[in-house]
This record gives sequence, structure tokens and C-alpha cells, in this order.
Amino acid sequence: MLSVRDLSVIFQTRRGVVDAVRGISFDVAKGEILGIVGESGSGKSVTSYALMRILDAGGTIKAGEATYSGIDLRRAAERDMRDIRGREISMIFQNPRAALNPIRKVGHQIEDVLRQHARATRQDARAKAIAAMEAVKIKDAAARYDAYPFELSGGMCQRIVCAIALACDPRLLIADEPTTGLDITTQKAVMDLVRDLIREREMSSILITHDLGLAAQYCDRLIVMKDGLIVEQGDPLQIFSQPRHPYSRKLVDATPRAGASVRDLLPVEIRAPEPKIVETDKPLVEVRDLVKTYAGKSGPVQAVKAISFTVHRGQCVGLVGESGCGKSTTSEMLVRLMDATAGEILFDGDDIAAIPARRFARDPRRADIQMVFQDATDSLNPRHTARQAIAEPLRRLRRMRGAALGIRIEELAGLVGLPLPLLDRFPHQLSGGQKARVGIARAVALDPKFLILDEPTAALDVSIQAVVLNLLVDLRAKLGLSYLFVSHDLHVVRLLCDYVIVMKDGLIVEEGRAHQVMSHPQEPYTKSLLAAAPKPPERATPADQLEIKNAQYTALHDKRAS
Amino acid sequence: MLAAAPRLRAVLMRLAQAVPVVAGVVVISFLLTRALPGDPAVYFAGVAADEASIEQTRVAMGLDKPLPVQFVHYVGDLLQGDLGQSLSSGRPVATDLANRLPASLELTLTALFLAVVIAVPLGVLAATRPGTWVDHLCRVLVTAGVSLPTFFTGILLIYIFYYLAGIAPSPLGRLDFIYLSPDHVTGFYLIDAALMGDWETWRGAAEQLVLPAATLALFTLAPIARMTRAAMLTALSSDFIRTARAAGLSGGTVLYRYAFRNALLPVVTTLGMVFSFALGANVLVEKVFAWPGIGSYAVEALVVSDYAAVQGFVLVMALLFVTLNLLIDLLYTVIDPRIGFDAQ
Repeated sequence: MLSVRDLSVIFQTRRGVVDAVRGISFDVAKGEILGIVGESGSGKSVTSYALMRILDAGGTIKAGEATYSGIDLRRAAERDMRDIRGREISMIFQNPRAALNPIRKVGHQIEDVLRQHARATRQDARAKAIAAMEAVKIKDAAARYDAYPFELSGGMCQRIVCAIALACDPRLLIADEPTTGLDITTQKAVMDLVRDLIREREMSSILITHDLGLAAQYCDRLIVMKDGLIVEQGDPLQIFSQPRHPYSRKLVDATPRAGASVRDLLPVEIRAPEPKIVETDKPLVEVRDLVKTYAGKSGPVQAVKAISFTVHRGQCVGLVGESGCGKSTTSEMLVRLMDATAGEILFDGDDIAAIPARRFARDPRRADIQMVFQDATDSLNPRHTARQAIAEPLRRLRRMRGAALGIRIEELAGLVGLPLPLLDRFPHQLSGGQKARVGIARAVALDPKFLILDEPTAALDVSIQAVVLNLLVDLRAKLGLSYLFVSHDLHVVRLLCDYVIVMKDGLIVEEGRAHQVMSHPQEPYTKSLLAAAPKPPERATPADQLEIKNAQYTALHDKRAS
Repeated sequence: MLAAAPRLRAVLMRLAQAVPVVAGVVVISFLLTRALPGDPAVYFAGVAADEASIEQTRVAMGLDKPLPVQFVHYVGDLLQGDLGQSLSSGRPVATDLANRLPASLELTLTALFLAVVIAVPLGVLAATRPGTWVDHLCRVLVTAGVSLPTFFTGILLIYIFYYLAGIAPSPLGRLDFIYLSPDHVTGFYLIDAALMGDWETWRGAAEQLVLPAATLALFTLAPIARMTRAAMLTALSSDFIRTARAAGLSGGTVLYRYAFRNALLPVVTTLGMVFSFALGANVLVEKVFAWPGIGSYAVEALVVSDYAAVQGFVLVMALLFVTLNLLIDLLYTVIDPRIGFDAQ
């Protein structure tokens, strides 16, 4: 159905020509779901934009062929391409809310597509748009027709994006990270819906994702891309159990999954023994009946409704839940950036909830409670070098200056594995993983006792996530830290945490030892969360892997010899 | 009824919020004019006046009373719609302003209309074709527009079109003396002449209007074109434009229904700002073209410390700005459903 041969895409930038895709070939058969997996910068999204000919300014197809049902996509006239887009090939995107026109009613946006492709007239457009909304299982579609994107949830917006994409019965659907930024249960709902619709209408599909587990679960065949090249393609099961290319192996290893330890995420060569962590039963932080109420438009909104839990010294507690469950509010109150409406936060036995957040910055205990933020890029001042970012808390709270400060900064950089020459770079000159290290170094600069980690790896590629998670484990052992790990990724929580708290609608619905809650959940909500998490296929046993490795080695030699 | 019409209620709320602003303007304009150097009594008593006659003038003008008393009198008159007597023209300030405000408004609105009609398409074109000749033309026009002072552009235009080419009428006010000014209905000559069906006068008024309006338009064009270009560039690089293109929507639909409507918000904001400063700052244009507007009126009044006229001018401008801001706020809610009145 779709055939791509030696496709190359280049971008003209100020710093010269960038090769985004460097000669890739693949086919999509009728009825097939093909997964393209790769980390950021691998060229997976650019490939799909090139097929649709919607590359950003500066991007051109340099060489190669792309044929869809006999049509040359590279050379087709723009007018013909417009007919193909939406009617033959359509796309759904990541970040659904931004993918919709914010000031146009969603029903009208669906109508625009129907009218464009002459699937509806002025008279029946509304009815057909509502039918398209019903097709993607939107309840009460007639009422939603008049809604604007900002009035709908993320999952609902993604359904609307699907409705737009599927309104004209295309034969090929390209899904570009369709669930990034959605909650785990919403992710499952959207993916199941998309898969069912594809099967029902006998469409073909390309699923582009960075999540190997997700791709393996929903795709018939996988392509692994790196730096604009296809490094491996094949059956998902085979890629998971016997990755042939070192890069696929690295990706497979780095994907968090049941039964793996945090060290297993790293490539075999750099796996060090896991450090011994001493967990105590002495409480460090005790939260008692913590309440947070916001003044909403229609009366007060209770974000957190009287929750109580304890973090012991040396313990890592995971706080899990979907967006809006109150986990971020809770962590902000604990880090004392937000005032609680009621309740106590006992830190080393003293109630710190009584100190207003505004004054806590001058409290000596400020140094004891630190935070690592979700977005490593946005949480660094773009005009400060890494050195200045790490120096900030040391200058302010430790009054360090001069040589002592320099020594401490370099010591911290060594601790988090940040090469010293990078210290004088600005955030935009650092990679995602390096920025995460700067953020962590800044947080541990003052030897805190308690570190709050707010989805510290959510914005990172899996292989970098693996490294950062291991760094966090090492730091915890080395510095005797206690963590509160806020996350929606249950696999990651399982890897890192000793104790898990599951929140829903501002309440704790379940808590307990991590392995207990993860393997024997009691509450239906916890069960649904666990069920929604993507399940990568089982791995081959280590013995098998060794064998494969040898086999691969021999194959490589054979190839070279030939 | 109010509960049933949230928009009406919101408008009334916004109007109520304007009351303290207007009250503040009344107080400040009163105090500021009093703080101005110069003694109006000396000025109006005449060159040959002696101490006694100056004092007499002062008492006649009520300037001998303490400030609070003067203020109470002023507010009392104001509540009856009396803005006071202009000492230099000898007529009530209200009448003067009613005669002159339409002249300024007609000039500013025509200029703004011209500017929008040229600047917005130019900005859109420049944004869709960055780096091409349209983009460069836009940049040149914008730079020229902001860097040439209006009095210079005005004189240049008069020199070319009146003195050299001779196609423009003499730059002496709103209407050549061969025409009779139309009956006062709105005060806008173009509208009044059209209402009377007097197309000859209409033509005459339009001819007089072209050069000053073009001068002012050239000046106001710059910020509008720049803002349109920037807002369009932002809108065009948004995710939803990619969705629209991926759905096969035609270029026109993507450009206007998707990108342009989203780019309108900053453009409207700029438009409001430009209108405000054009109305206040077209004094130079009015002077160059002998245009009987309120800008030149206010400057003349200021020079002779004509308190009532200056206060009247400031008050009218304040009311105009309050109305304008209300209109722009209303326009926002029409353009962008995300902006609720509740938030204000």
C-alpha cells in the first residue's frame, strides 16, 4: 500500500544543512500496523511529515521515492496532495489540545474537513460531524459539537483529533506520538479505540512512538530508527527478545518493565552492582490530615482532602495517580512552595506547615527539603550557566563564595556525573540528560535530607531516563536521602520505590509496600491503573540472550567476511 | 434579566469599573491645570492691565477662591453638562469640543482605516513569504513609517501633490471655501454630506481629507503591519496549523480561518493602542493641514492656561479611551471564546 525507498530529508538551517532522514526504505501492507520507534532526533516524525509533504519551512525531500497506491507522493502536485491528505492518508498528533484550533468549535473543525473533501454539504455537515464524533465513541456528541478545545479534557481532545483524521475514511492513518502527555488510562482508551477503528475499517497505520512497550503492544511490525536511519526492523516479539542491533538492545534494556531492576535498564557493559540502601523505620516526614482548597469559579475546589502518610528516613515513597488527583498539589505543599489549608506536615517532629510558604525560604530547614522539577529545561534559567544554576542555593543559603564555592560545585558535578567542561555551558547547549543532572546537582547541593522528585524523567528519552534513574538510586545510597517520587509511570515507580501511595480525586485510595501494591493491588482503581500500563512482551532469559549475542557476533563477522 | 444576559451584565460591570477612572481623571486634570505655570488672569486682563484690573479679572474668573471651592464649583457644573467657558474662544467648551471632536475623529478613523487596509494584508503576506520581496517591502515601509515624523511626511506630501503636481487641494482645513459645510448631524463631513445627498461637497471634503489621512496612516501603519506579521508567524507555526494541513484543508482555509483568526487578538490590541495615540498625537498633522481638530485646540488652550478648555479636552479624551477599551474588550470575547468576562 505504501512503499518508501531510500527516502532522505534535509533541513536548511542557519548552521547549514542537517540530514534528518538519511535514506530509509520500508513498506506498509494493507491492514498492517507498523510501529516506528526511536528517541528524539531519530527522524521518525520527520519521515511522516515528509510522506504527507507537510514538512516545516526549510525541510525538503532530497532523494528517494514514496509511493502510495501507485501515486508518487514526492512529485504529486500540491493540489493532488491536498486531496490525498485527510481523505487517503491522515494523521493524528501528540499534544491533542494544541493540535486543535483553540478558537473554533470542535464540531466546525470536523465539518471543515468533511466539506473540504466534499463528503458533506452545508445542510448535512452538522449531522455527519456528529456521526464522526460518535464513531470515536464520544458520548453525547451533539452537545460536544459546540464545545471549544479548552472546554474538553486531553483524552476528549485526542478523540476529536481522531474524528477529524477519520472523518473521510482514509486508508492509512499515521499516528505521531498519539498518547504522549495523556494519562495512563486515557492512553490505553485512546490506543484501544484507534486500534479497533483501524481493524474495523481495514485501514493501515503507522504508529510513531518513543515508547517501545506501547509499540510492541499495538503493532504488527516494528522499525527502530536512530539518527535518520533504520537500524532494525521486524516482529515486535523478536525485537524485544532478541534485539540484533546494539541500539535496539539499548532501547529494549532501557524500557522499564515488570521483573527488571533499575540496573537492568542500563546496557550490560556499564551495569555496576546495585548499592545497598538502608531503609529505617524512623519517620522523617509525617503528613497528617493535609487539606488544600482552592477558590474555584463555582465554589471551593478540594484538591487534597485530608491525606496522611509517612516517609521514613532513607525511604523512597512513590506518589501515583492521574492528572488532577492532587499529587502535584501535595508535593508542592511538602516542598513548602504552597500553603496548606489545614493539616500538619511534621518534618523531624516539627510542624512546618505552620510556617507560611513565603517565609520558608529563609527558614534553616529550607536546605533540608529540596525538589527536582519535571521539566529540566524550563526549570533552569536560560541565561545562567550550569555552574551558576548549581551555585545559586549555595550562595543564598550557605553563603559560600570564591574558591570554596568552586570546589563544592565541581564536587557536585562529579557526584551527578556531569563532565566539568560542561559547567560553563548554558542550558540550551546541554542535552536533556545533562540538564537533568544539573537540576539534580542543584537539588542535592545543600545536602538535603528529603528530596521531592516531580516526574523527573517524564520529558526524557528512555535510554537517558535509565541513566538518570540509576543516578537517583546511587545518590540515595550515597547521601542517605529520602525521596518522595511523584509519577504517573507505574513501571518507574516499581523500580525506584519501597512504598507506594495511590491517589485519586484528592484522596489516598491505596498504599503499601511497592511490590505488594504492584503485584497484588486491592482497589479497583489501582487495578485499572496497572491494567492500563503498556505491557512489553516477555524478555528471553539471560542464557538465551548470551547465545543470541554470540550468534549475532558470528553473523556480524560473516557479514564482514563476505 | 441581568442574570439571563451575562454579556449585558458584563458590559455594565465594565462600565461601572470605568466610573472611578473618570472620577480620577476629573481630579487630576483639575489639579494639573492649576499646577501649570502662568496666571490666566494676567493673560486675559490684557497687556495694558494694572494690578486692580488683573485682580478684577481674577475675581470674575473665580480664581480667587481656595482650590477645594473651585473644584466643587467645577464638579457641580460638570454634573449639569457644563464644561465651562473657553476664555480664548469665548464659547462654551462643550460647543467647541462638539465642533472639533468630529473633525479629529473623522481624520483619525479614516487614517486608521487606510492603515488597516494596507498593513494587515501586507503583514499577512510578509508572514506567509518570509524573506521574499513582500517581506522586505513590509520592512522598508514599516521603518519609513516610524522613522519619518508626521509633520515631515505631511509637508512632503503637500509639496509633491499640491505644489508640484497640483492635484491636491490647498491644505487649509476640512473644506475649501467654495463649498458650504454640510448641516451638522454627526459632524463627520463625509457622512453629513452623504446624508444631504450633496455629492459635490462630499468630494470636496474627501479631497481635503486624503493628504492628512495618508500622513497619519503612514505613521500608524508601522505597528499594525509589524504586529500582524509577528502574530501570523506565531499562528502559522502552531500545532493546529499542522493538523489542518494534514487534514487536507485548502491553503485559504488554513490561512484565514485557522491562522488569521488566531492572530487577530494581538492585532486588535495594537489597533486600540494605535488609535489612542493617533487621536492624541495628531496635533502635528492638524497644524500642518490647518485641520480644526481637538488636538490643536488643546495645544492652543494650554499655551494660554485656558483651564476650562484643557480640562474639557482631557475629560473627553479619557471618556473616549474608556469607551475604546470597552469596545476592544468586547471584541476580544467575540474573537476568542477562551476569554470569559468572569476573569475580569
